[in-house]
Amino acid sequence: MDKIIITVIGKDTVGIIAKVCTFLSDKQVNILDISQTIVQDYFNMMMIVDISHSVCSFEDISLGLDKVGEGIGVVIKCQREEIFTMMHRV
Amino acid sequence: MLNLFEVIETNNMIEHERLDVRTITMGVSLLDCIDADLPALCDKVYRKITTVAKDLVLVGERITKDFGIPIVNKRISVTPIALVGGTACKSPEDFAAIARTLDAAAEKVGVNFIGGYSALVSKGMTGADRFLIRSLPLALSTTGRVCASVNVGSTKTGINMDAVRLMGDVILEAAEATKDNDCLACAKLVVFCNAPDDNPFMAGAFHGVTEADAIINVGVSGPGVVKVALEKAKGENFEVLCETIKRTAFKITRVGQLVAQEASARLGVPFGIIDLSLAPTPAVGDSVAEILEEIGLEKVGAPGTTAALAMLNDQVKKGGVMASSYVGGLSGAFIPVSEDQGMIDAVSCGALTLEKLEAMTCVCSVGLDMIAIPGDTPATSIAGIIADEAAIGMVNQKTTAVRLIPVIGKGVGEWVEFGGLLGRAPIMPVNRYGCEGFVDRGGRIPAPIHSFKN
Repeated sequence: MDKIIITVIGKDTVGIIAKVCTFLSDKQVNILDISQTIVQDYFNMMMIVDISHSVCSFEDISLGLDKVGEGIGVVIKCQREEIFTMMHRV
Repeated sequence: MLNLFEVIETNNMIEHERLDVRTITMGVSLLDCIDADLPALCDKVYRKITTVAKDLVLVGERITKDFGIPIVNKRISVTPIALVGGTACKSPEDFAAIARTLDAAAEKVGVNFIGGYSALVSKGMTGADRFLIRSLPLALSTTGRVCASVNVGSTKTGINMDAVRLMGDVILEAAEATKDNDCLACAKLVVFCNAPDDNPFMAGAFHGVTEADAIINVGVSGPGVVKVALEKAKGENFEVLCETIKRTAFKITRVGQLVAQEASARLGVPFGIIDLSLAPTPAVGDSVAEILEEIGLEKVGAPGTTAALAMLNDQVKKGGVMASSYVGGLSGAFIPVSEDQGMIDAVSCGALTLEKLEAMTCVCSVGLDMIAIPGDTPATSIAGIIADEAAIGMVNQKTTAVRLIPVIGKGVGEWVEFGGLLGRAPIMPVNRYGCEGFVDRGGRIPAPIHSFKN
């Protein structure tokens, strides 16, 4: 398992999840968990995905999602899971 | 499984509260470069640094991309050069040639500072130590990235007052040599008591002789994160306050631990230590002074400042120690004046004086740091300030340091601008009464009685 956390932050519009999921599906990235919330009119989404069977590297997925984000007008970040587990799990 | 709020919390720390890893510092031993022939020595030093550290910057950038955590500086520390150059250097000018080699090697691998142009003289000085110390004004004024330090005392050895007196002269000469450039050489020169071998922070980093051939040390930061956490604990009692600082320090340090492990694995260099220091920058919201003010002081320097800083320092250590497998370096809270907007404000409004800063150094992680003083301060007074600070370190069995900048041609109330991470500082008054009779005595102050623990 090679887990990555994808976060999407931006103004809420139609089709954000659809576009991100389509991109991930094209790259054979498996989505393990999705959660979202709206904070002060801003759309906050987090996905936990597994890229171990993907055709693309972490860098390619990260750059690809940057472009998807630009297209929708939201900021998409890719980070390896460890930074969060280190901080929040003893 | 992680939840959304944990992810948002971490990313808020990075994006809005200036959480970063302040530095990955690779320690490189140069003991195997020793040669009696100076050009051959310089050649070996250059080749070793540019080989061992060639991927340091690239790996740092990759880690930033992978985890989304900024790593502000990538740096190198080397074996104290007085030891490395002892057999080859017959004059201060010879040592300055090694400094230029270090500068060139640092530029080649892309690091912004290289530390270890140092002499360890806590009990006595060899001829080589004297040459290196004498070479500091030339070495630091003709290089851009080289940082220097001199350890003049320790709890075990006492204080080498000959070295302290000499440093008074050398700091003034270094200021004079760079007077057209805001006396910048002095910002790259630290005088220590009880210097640690594994400090990743500049300007005082060097790779101790007790260390392995190469090692990765990481310095974390995050005053902004602590301040924001404390905003939520407004009005609460000390128990809640301390618990909040500890929890936050734990989280910050875990990020440093992750970065250190990754850098160590990717570079194939063993992990040394995490330095848990809260290191401020001149940016608003990245200030140790602001934390102290959030704790309840109207301005840093007010009564209660030393107690608040002592508590902060201790809680940072308690939270951080559990977060990392190895903690070392200076670990605590830094209180540099020019690099901390809250400190700068406190000095300019008259709340914070040199004497209060000295009291604060009894309980903080280092010492009198990045303090601008009038350019006409006598060398003996500078030596006296160094001796005071070294005495605090010696008696309290802690690291203390002095990084003073006598600003040539300027006096109290004027400003000096260093730019970048070094910031800007108002020139502070120094007590106008002299101490020549004391610092000119020669010899050394013996180790304190409580150092005899055998």
